[in-house]
Amino acid sequence: MPVFLLSSKFHNLQELRHSASLVTKVFIQRDYSEGTVCRFQTKFPSELDNRIERTLLEETVKTLNSYYAEAEKIGGQSYLEGCLACATAYIIFLCMETRYEKVLRKISGYIQEQNEKIYAPRGLLLTDPIERGMRVLEISLFEDRGSGGSSPSSSMSSGSSAR
Amino acid sequence: MHLGVSESMRECEYSQISTRSSTPMETPYKKRTPKKRKWEAFPGRNKFYCDGRIMMAKQTGVFYLTLVLILVTCGLFFTFDCPFLALQLTPIIPVIGGVLFLFVLGTLLRTSFSDPGVLPRATPDEAADLERQIDVANGGTGYRPPPRTKEVVINGQTVKLKYCFTCKIFRPPRASHCSLCDNCVERFDHHCPWVGNCVGRRNYRFFYMFILSLSFLTIFIFAFAITHIILLAVSHRSGFLNALKDSPASVLEVVVCFFSVWSIVGLSGFHTYLISSNQTTNEDIKGSWSSKRGKDNYNPYSHGNIFTNCCAALCGPLPPSLIDRRGFIQSDAPQLAPPTNGITMYGATQSQQSHM
Repeated sequence: MPVFLLSSKFHNLQELRHSASLVTKVFIQRDYSEGTVCRFQTKFPSELDNRIERTLLEETVKTLNSYYAEAEKIGGQSYLEGCLACATAYIIFLCMETRYEKVLRKISGYIQEQNEKIYAPRGLLLTDPIERGMRVLEISLFEDRGSGGSSPSSSMSSGSSAR
Repeated sequence: MHLGVSESMRECEYSQISTRSSTPMETPYKKRTPKKRKWEAFPGRNKFYCDGRIMMAKQTGVFYLTLVLILVTCGLFFTFDCPFLALQLTPIIPVIGGVLFLFVLGTLLRTSFSDPGVLPRATPDEAADLERQIDVANGGTGYRPPPRTKEVVINGQTVKLKYCFTCKIFRPPRASHCSLCDNCVERFDHHCPWVGNCVGRRNYRFFYMFILSLSFLTIFIFAFAITHIILLAVSHRSGFLNALKDSPASVLEVVVCFFSVWSIVGLSGFHTYLISSNQTTNEDIKGSWSSKRGKDNYNPYSHGNIFTNCCAALCGPLPPSLIDRRGFIQSDAPQLAPPTNGITMYGATQSQQSHM
């Protein structure tokens, strides 16, 4: 049987799923009030009330929204990219990474950093929206398997059955 | 084979050994099965080629017709008309023709082969969460639920978001479900059989460039094929009918171009209008933003002036594909228990994570 010995912090994050058990998932939906631009709702989900401070999650969502706004911004750089691509019959897209893809990589790094610093210690895990088709920001709630005392999630286990 | 679970989850320090837990749902571990790519399990009715790099609709017959028409007409032009015209007039003519031809071909292939902006279907957890929310909104009663719509105010206009029963998501504004491809597509314009694909957010600019350059190419070939015939008739002094017999290829080109030019130039004009008012074909056909619907009805997505609308549609940022066709399917991703079981603890099984 395969055995994982966790040595680096990165793997700790990914193995969160193996050590703890998944209780529920909370989905933060898209906010379409400004059109088709990618934005997530900053409304705080009630299921996370006793897991994380409001301000932390709001800060994360606001930063993500600003990243997406930067990716989709219509301005000088995007025009340049668009015109250059058109002039080369769009062949340039085969070799070059678009600005959007660059920003998505930044977002990926940011989410990983946030997970390591803020969310994993609280038994939460953010999933990069690109892995969910930019529809939702998925937050997985974990509970330590076997131990009920150390994490405040014991109240969550009774809460999840009431749904 | 023992499970050592770290007590505190506050510190990110795990010194534990995780083994595969045997749950009843665990699939037998296959040692050396080749990992499947996501396109192989794609739920829509699309066809994939080149190991997921190329994506087209199911019916591609008309696309091949388009390709053949363009290739044959241009082939005839370059073979029969260009040598004559290059000598008699100027060699720039075949050069311009060549550039136009390559541009048309490039944009056609880009339009046909790329992902138009397909929205991936909801994961089972998301779908369950949405269903729960809808049930709560309906008051929990089981009988005859009203049509699932959500209203959102965009720039002062109330827009209805519909729930897609196939994809199990609330469609974003301007998205629509293509019944031919069985996918929800972002900023859905229309399904074009001539390019063998849907036209949506990600390939609209390629489509527009294709029909625009094809208009120029058609007019170009039409004009110079006629020029060729006229020059033949005049220079050889053999009469118009003899000129036609001397260059039958030109006649064929003229006929093909004559019948195509109306529809293609018309389509280019129509799409130029759509781009300048930032509408999709879908919205225009339905009259979503037409003033006939109401005095206060206006297009909330328009940027206000024609120039900005054009720039946004053609030179805006190109979003990447959301469906990750060439990614590998991660087997055994941890999933939630069905809600009826109350508290259920799922041991996550080993997942082959290909971290992005």
